[in-house]
Amino acid sequence: MSLDAPQTGMASARRLDKATALHVGVILVLFACLFILPDYHVGVLARVMVLAVFAIGYNILFGYTGLLSLGHAMFFAAGLYGAGMPLYHLDWPVMPSFLAGIASGTALSLIIGVLALRTTGVAFMIVTLMFAQVAYLASLYFTTYTRGEEGLVLQPEIRQVDFLSFNLDLTDPASRYMAALTLLTIALFITLRIVKTPFGRNLVAIRENEERMRMLGYNVFQIKLGAVVISGTIAATAGAAYGLFFGYVGSGFAAIQYSILPLLWVLIGGAATTLGPLLGTIFMFYVIDITSGFTSAWLLIVGGALITTILFFPKGILGTLREKRIPWLP
Amino acid sequence: MSDSTTAQKAGKQSVITRRTALQGLGATGLAAAGLGAAPGFTRYAQAQSSEPIRIGFQAHRTGIGAAYGRWYERTTNAAVAAINAAGGINGRPVEIIIEDDGTDAARGAEVVEKFANQHRVDMVFGTLFSHVVVGSAPAAGELKIPYYVVSEGYHVASGKLNRYVVQPGITDVKSQVRSMAPWIGANVGKKVTMFFPDYAFGHDHRDFFEPAIQAQGGEVVAKIAIPPTESSFTRYFPQIPSNTDVIYHVMVGPAVLTFVKELGEFFGTSGPALFGFIDSLEAVDINSPGLEFLEGSHFWEGAPRYLQPDASEAYKAYRTAVGIDENGASVADPKDISTAGHMFGCWETLYVIKAAMEASGYRGPEDRAKMIEATEAITTMAEGAEHPQGDKLFNGKIHQVFGHQYVSLVEDGRLKVVHRTSIEDGLYEPEADYTQTSF
Amino acid sequence: MAFGPFLLLASLEGLVTAAVLALSALGLSLVFGVMRVVNVAHGEFFMLGAVIAWAVTTAVSGHPALGFVVALVVSPFIVGAIAFVCERLVLRRLHYDPESTIVATIGLLYIFQQLALSFYGADARPVEAPFNIRIQLPWFGYSGYKLAVIAASILVILATWFVLTRTRIGMIMRATQYDRETAQAFGIPVDLVYAGVFAAGAMLAAIAAVLIVPIQQAHYLMGRDPLLLSFIVVIIGGLGSLRGTVIAALLIGLSDGIISVFFSPTLAKMIATLLVAMVLVFRPQGLFGTVAR
Repeated sequence: MSLDAPQTGMASARRLDKATALHVGVILVLFACLFILPDYHVGVLARVMVLAVFAIGYNILFGYTGLLSLGHAMFFAAGLYGAGMPLYHLDWPVMPSFLAGIASGTALSLIIGVLALRTTGVAFMIVTLMFAQVAYLASLYFTTYTRGEEGLVLQPEIRQVDFLSFNLDLTDPASRYMAALTLLTIALFITLRIVKTPFGRNLVAIRENEERMRMLGYNVFQIKLGAVVISGTIAATAGAAYGLFFGYVGSGFAAIQYSILPLLWVLIGGAATTLGPLLGTIFMFYVIDITSGFTSAWLLIVGGALITTILFFPKGILGTLREKRIPWLP
Repeated sequence: MSDSTTAQKAGKQSVITRRTALQGLGATGLAAAGLGAAPGFTRYAQAQSSEPIRIGFQAHRTGIGAAYGRWYERTTNAAVAAINAAGGINGRPVEIIIEDDGTDAARGAEVVEKFANQHRVDMVFGTLFSHVVVGSAPAAGELKIPYYVVSEGYHVASGKLNRYVVQPGITDVKSQVRSMAPWIGANVGKKVTMFFPDYAFGHDHRDFFEPAIQAQGGEVVAKIAIPPTESSFTRYFPQIPSNTDVIYHVMVGPAVLTFVKELGEFFGTSGPALFGFIDSLEAVDINSPGLEFLEGSHFWEGAPRYLQPDASEAYKAYRTAVGIDENGASVADPKDISTAGHMFGCWETLYVIKAAMEASGYRGPEDRAKMIEATEAITTMAEGAEHPQGDKLFNGKIHQVFGHQYVSLVEDGRLKVVHRTSIEDGLYEPEADYTQTSF
Repeated sequence: MAFGPFLLLASLEGLVTAAVLALSALGLSLVFGVMRVVNVAHGEFFMLGAVIAWAVTTAVSGHPALGFVVALVVSPFIVGAIAFVCERLVLRRLHYDPESTIVATIGLLYIFQQLALSFYGADARPVEAPFNIRIQLPWFGYSGYKLAVIAASILVILATWFVLTRTRIGMIMRATQYDRETAQAFGIPVDLVYAGVFAAGAMLAAIAAVLIVPIQQAHYLMGRDPLLLSFIVVIIGGLGSLRGTVIAALLIGLSDGIISVFFSPTLAKMIATLLVAMVLVFRPQGLFGTVAR
């Protein structure tokens, strides 16, 4: 798609500087929103940013590597439960729980990657779908610990982070917003770095022509596994953050809906663009929020909006913009 | 509104509060201008006392709860009309603002935030499905907005939520199940096979019923947990032990009709007795084809669907106000069966809200805590226009109400109440105390 | 109940599930195989089939069998027409690009669900079976209608097989699936074929729904599971193989039921899902699929 013939050193440096500047700009705008926007939208954006991290993780596997997973809810849930259960049952503090959530995602994505990467294309879709289904059923089977679909409430007292002499209260809207923004920034810059490095170019090359990469001597399996693990880890980070920030852990997040949503967000925003997932998540949230405010038949309008948007922006909003007008968009 | 008290108590510095940041940047003016000018961001001035009381109704308009949500809406509208016709709350009219939560836990939390921060309502009310209640409760607690649910779940009384969540209008599943055990043991049978959905709601039935029936000298001979989204049940029937006296079933979701039909196909006329919870058949016509098998079986009902000959005047008035006929169907469409077993909870909850607001002298959001405290102080509720389902006892510590339960017989295609439990039948020792927690 | 009859019952139930699943998956297999697009709204065509069947049987008075037969003809026809319109208006404009088709069909899914909710309602409504014969076996009773569903499904599958392999239309479809460009070079109106295939896929799903609706009920969210299961069946069976789809449907329909004889239901579902996933892991082209061109 966008990584075509090699540019001269100066030109590519300029390209990347523009990209970095754009990202810094976006982060600054989001930072400013904390003070400019009313309470409600600050709350909304905090949630959206955490979910955007999920979408960014998904984009690495789907947009850049070209592997369509229909099971990413299991990675989100691994983070959610991986952080929530120690916090709730074992009285762990927040930071170790958060790390446990991330580690759960890494471990799970490693296992799933080794198994699922024996398949590609549609078979990969279905295998990931089925593994995610097993994860969902597991969250229900172990209701004794997870309370299944009803879920667990993480009380405000245990959602405090104490480090050095500072206390970060995750139930405070502003602290939560900043924590979400920090995670988003990290995720965005990871993606930007991946795009810059040979690893990122390998991913795209695999997406474009896997056989050629194999012929060129690359260990395609290892590269793909790396993508799965990075993608799953970022998704789990989002899940862990979601549980810790908003205080609820439930089976609903392991259901098929949370595998389809990141796909939708990425596609609408623009696959294989760094900012596409963020834009897609924001877009979908507000389309639903605004329409459900004035009609109970909001699903109809959202469906229409999706179809209209994809008709005019077949590669997602940013993807189409990049193709038509802004070639340097990362 | 940041909870910096815990931080300060711990002797640590809160990293950021919006207030300090705003002052630091001198952006207060900017924020105020932005807030005031932009459309949709208007604050609601609650200065005058004739301004409406705004209640946010978190409704299941779409999703799996949609059938219930519709009737919850109708009952809510009827109750509000009645309250406003009688002068409102403290002379102020009640205004309902509805948001659809899609029967989704995450969306529920977002909707609570929307109610508190954008619509600026006084309180939120009306949620039914347990997972949505549990998912939304943290948001209600953080935003310090009263959240009065009509959910039937044990989660409120379990103490796992927070002091802002109250369930004053409908009894919970623990109480319902326990109160049924004596009647089942005495009238239907002592060896019970339980069918329940294999998640938290079903597990509650399993966990609360077994000790209760054992206390009656009975025994649960088989527990058959049905996985979610199961659409066909025949293969589970062979697991029913042959010494079963009664099959206890509480199924949720559209598959219920299938369950009963297949039960009929499997057993013919020679099966065990049936005892079900009307949850299985809310909004479904008892006379649907395939349900003939239910004739002669019994159901738990929260409130009778069919008008009973001894119905109180208050209950009749309530039914007329909501718009259901003597068969519990909509007067506008006899095929539109109501969720009579649950929807009364909306009516009664709204009246409890009225009582609490009036008792606490509620003026605005600054009095939310006082309203909760006034609710906690309630002990009894008399049967009448405000509580047509029956008299109630309220336990302020666990924020849960206790009431009568009904056992109905399916006879000639109608449900006939044959037993009304006493409130004591459903009482249990409180396992938590919200009054000890802070606001 | 003794083990033998228990297994027999589980098998019969599995066959009914497999019968309906096979039809729905067949529809998806056609669409996926020929057009190579993921139709996320496939389950909604299934749901529409059921809802329209309810509307028809309610409108037609008299013996339930009459209403049912009318529904069996009318419902797939209407659903097919709707699918045809969607294909012309939306899918063609996207040039069948796989990714944008996913988004567009998600949009269609939302639209159909909302329309069903608004016009049909949130309730699950039953449809009367055309006949109510109960077959009494020595160990348990069984619904005669369910056995009829199995038979009907076999008939429709055979008919589809016949059309695909023995008629000109079928040959055109298979040619388009095999090599689109060459087919076009031979003068086959590929665009029309696509529209027809999309409609045919939807019609098969609708037939499956009409058959199942007297057993289950028509509910506006009932499309979700058939969608997932159909996909799984199509891929397990192997793209482009009708035989594979049918056998995979049998495998999945039966495994779920039989494994639950031995384990608790949720655990059984987990094991069944894992087993089927492993089939794919070790044989990515599915049971009968050819490795992709």
